[in-house]
Amino acid sequence: MSVVPSFEATPEQRELLVIYNRADRIFRRIVTSGALTSLILLGLIGTFLFVRSAQIFNDRGLRFITGSNWTAGSGDGVIPDDFSIGPMLTGTILVSVIALVIAMPIAICGALYIEFYAAARLRKLLSTLLDLAAAIPSLIFGLWGVVLFTSFGERWSIFLNSRLGWVPFIKVQAEVFGRSPFVAGCVLASLITPIITSVSREVFSRTPRDLIDTCYALGSTRWGSIKTVVLPFGRSGVIGGAMLGLGRALGETVAVYLLLNIVFRYNFRILESEGGNIASLIALKFGEATEYELKALVAAGFVLFLLTLVVNMVAATIVEKSTRRK
Amino acid sequence: MSTVVSNPQSQPVAPQPTTPWKPTRKTQFTGAFSIAVVAIASFAIVLLTGLAGIDGFGLTFLVVFFGATFVRTKRLNPKARKDAMVGVAICAASVLAFFPWMSIFVSVVVKGAKGLQPNFLIENMQLTTPDDELNMGGAAHAIIGSLMMVLIAAAITLPLGILSGVYLTEIRGRLTFLVRFVVQSMSGVPSIVAGLFIYTTFVNYTNSFSGMAGSLALAVLMLPTVARTAEEVMKLVPDDLRSASYALGARQWRTSLMVILPTVRSGLTTAGILGIARVIGETAPLLLTSLSNNSYVFNPIGGPIGSLPTYVFGLLQIGTENSINRAWTGSLVLMLLVLVLFLIARYFGGKANR
Amino acid sequence: METLKQGAIKVVQDSQTSVATVSASQTTATAVRGLETKNVHAWFGKHHVLSDVSLQFPERTVTGLIGPSGCGKSTFIRLLNRMHEFIPSAAMAGQVLQDGQDIYAPDVDAAAIRLKIGMVFQKPNPFPAMNIRENVLSGIKLAHLKVADHDAIVESCLTRAGLWKEVKDRLTATGGSLSGGQQQRLCIARSLAVEPNVLLMDEPCSALDPGSTLRIEETIKELAEKIAVVIVTHNMQQAARVSDFCAFFLTDGGPGYLVEADATKKLFTNPRDTRTADYVQGKFG
Repeated sequence: MSVVPSFEATPEQRELLVIYNRADRIFRRIVTSGALTSLILLGLIGTFLFVRSAQIFNDRGLRFITGSNWTAGSGDGVIPDDFSIGPMLTGTILVSVIALVIAMPIAICGALYIEFYAAARLRKLLSTLLDLAAAIPSLIFGLWGVVLFTSFGERWSIFLNSRLGWVPFIKVQAEVFGRSPFVAGCVLASLITPIITSVSREVFSRTPRDLIDTCYALGSTRWGSIKTVVLPFGRSGVIGGAMLGLGRALGETVAVYLLLNIVFRYNFRILESEGGNIASLIALKFGEATEYELKALVAAGFVLFLLTLVVNMVAATIVEKSTRRK
Repeated sequence: MSTVVSNPQSQPVAPQPTTPWKPTRKTQFTGAFSIAVVAIASFAIVLLTGLAGIDGFGLTFLVVFFGATFVRTKRLNPKARKDAMVGVAICAASVLAFFPWMSIFVSVVVKGAKGLQPNFLIENMQLTTPDDELNMGGAAHAIIGSLMMVLIAAAITLPLGILSGVYLTEIRGRLTFLVRFVVQSMSGVPSIVAGLFIYTTFVNYTNSFSGMAGSLALAVLMLPTVARTAEEVMKLVPDDLRSASYALGARQWRTSLMVILPTVRSGLTTAGILGIARVIGETAPLLLTSLSNNSYVFNPIGGPIGSLPTYVFGLLQIGTENSINRAWTGSLVLMLLVLVLFLIARYFGGKANR
Repeated sequence: METLKQGAIKVVQDSQTSVATVSASQTTATAVRGLETKNVHAWFGKHHVLSDVSLQFPERTVTGLIGPSGCGKSTFIRLLNRMHEFIPSAAMAGQVLQDGQDIYAPDVDAAAIRLKIGMVFQKPNPFPAMNIRENVLSGIKLAHLKVADHDAIVESCLTRAGLWKEVKDRLTATGGSLSGGQQQRLCIARSLAVEPNVLLMDEPCSALDPGSTLRIEETIKELAEKIAVVIVTHNMQQAARVSDFCAFFLTDGGPGYLVEADATKKLFTNPRDTRTADYVQGKFG
């Protein structure tokens, strides 16, 4: 008498069909279209920006990105229109990189302090302040930067120039300090630190408690456990946060507009008072742009859109991967 | 090792909980005293060497503090010493992180309070120039303009964000990953690009700059925030609730609308409010869509409209003492609005957790 | 102190256990070697979780802490290496003496204590960012200890933990490539690298299969030839197999307390307290 069930072969799996009735079908269609809005919107942004500026790319091709003039023509053909975003593109990247380099160590230390060094009540207070800092509009950063920070920035620039002036990207041609990529970068660093700190802190707080306990059980100090366990664990999350900060800095308009002398010259000397980024270029030239110039501005915006989109997609992937893995 | 204690109640004196690992009063006092000593020493050094400003003082303080820590840990082993020095460094970096933000909070309040007189909230700039005294003119038009544009943007974004959230948590169709990825990526679209987009479409099409255009630009920026917060809030609803509803024979649309959404009502309000807080200070998109205005405009499609950010921005560019003061006051009002929104969001967020 | 120590040894000789070949030199030791607690209590905030525990853990013995869940055994063991204080609302009373010195004295370096009193946790947790060799050496690196020959240490610790033969050819593999039992033995090797006098183990085998459990029990018995081991276990049979002495904890809904502590054989066959008898016979727990 066999108790073991016997069958010749594993039975085929039945197909489970879900059929929604009419009300549900309408509901699902409405919801799906609503959700697709963001997809459609993103596509529309890219499309419209490209279409409106296609003529520019057609006329100038790669010169639009590599050239270094922005001159509106005289309209009667005597002086031709010559629009290129070269210095603005490099300026965008320069200022953002300066901001990121300054912001990263400070943000990571801030996150470590809040999560592992601060007492419970201080931690709550600092978290609230951090959230509020993330909500400060960039305009106010610009105002504060112009009115209050510039004197500090000037002083530090003079000091850096006097000590390290032999380094190629630190020496200056004109001894005018105060509206340089360095100063703008400092203010931008303060602008993007909240988001990097928040994301880093979020990752650090998810470090498995027993790994940290094990470090202590081995006789480690607080810094020992952070170095051995917390930092390796949070590495990808922190990088994701850094890229989010970078994306924010790349697209920053008013703070850069107020703090930087927008000059159309390739400039890699960070203490030199000239520079610019694409966003502030658009803000500057929009008011009195000719028809053709407007197209060039839209083209510039399209390039910026692509740049920030790539950076943010990479950031999104990294952050998603780090949150899913843990 | 044959101790037998069978009845814990037979203790003559109840022992008191102690925390011998925490710093004693004496250690805390010594710590505070040494910080004071370091501060005084730094102050003296600054006076002697002429290192200027608060950054000079801060740097001196840090160097002296490092030195003091190095001396203090002389008798400890190298690992404990490294731990102490790194602790000082991390602390210093955090102070450096928070200092600018605190400086902004303080200066906005201190410098903006001067101009925060009743006329600031009641009058507009139609009859005053930016350089006039602070008791003339005001930003009422800007405040109203901002609130109007932000509310219209919220009215557009909130339903779309909720639909996104419902799709991602209830329907979970084949496009889930794509929608989530796009929402996350869209949160990085620069604000000026959003303005540029609305300029090339709506403004060109209607051939005018208007409050509506500004609202649309703000909506583009708001949507990712609202959609992401809505999704997070709806993910918190336990699956048991859905199971219970389906087990009763309810259809999907009923479950979503009548069970899930009411449960997350306060969370969704938080999502909307956080979205508003995110965009209320945005300047760049408004520079390309709604421009600015000195008088009251109540019609969203009635031409350029004033807003707090463009108000402050315009004043900054003029740069006289009075206009800068006005700019600070405008910033103060903006930050107060953001603070109020945050507090409301926290209130609703607290209710959502209960 | 001396009489107590002689009393403990007397107990060992009385019950004729085959473990603990306590040499004569120990009875003439001037300081108490090993760990001892005196009237130790523990709180979480106002919640009294452990009440008046006085126990001794002499060198080269294995002591099992048994009792139903919630009796404060894990809290107690964490008091022994100053891990209890990491919980924000933690508080304690009483003394924990190592070789006669109170480890909670004000000027004591807690990290140094933890080098001498190691701990192995319930869930095997090798550091994921390191390979096997680095894991074993991690304690040495964290403590900034100067060690002449790293390879010798790796080999000796892995051998003592019973893992050397299995991993000697793949020391650069990650910890995650090992089975649960192997990972736990790696954690034991890691704790041994800093040369503790006492090894605390909080239910080290509860997440493992019976085969791995048996191997770890063998390891524990070998370790006890050099150091003291204190093991918290829910498994009475394991306590009977592995330990020389056992301490039975209980709670009446209030703080956990020590009911009885004695040589294992005696505790299991002829305990003094009826509650102990009920527990070891499986009548509750």
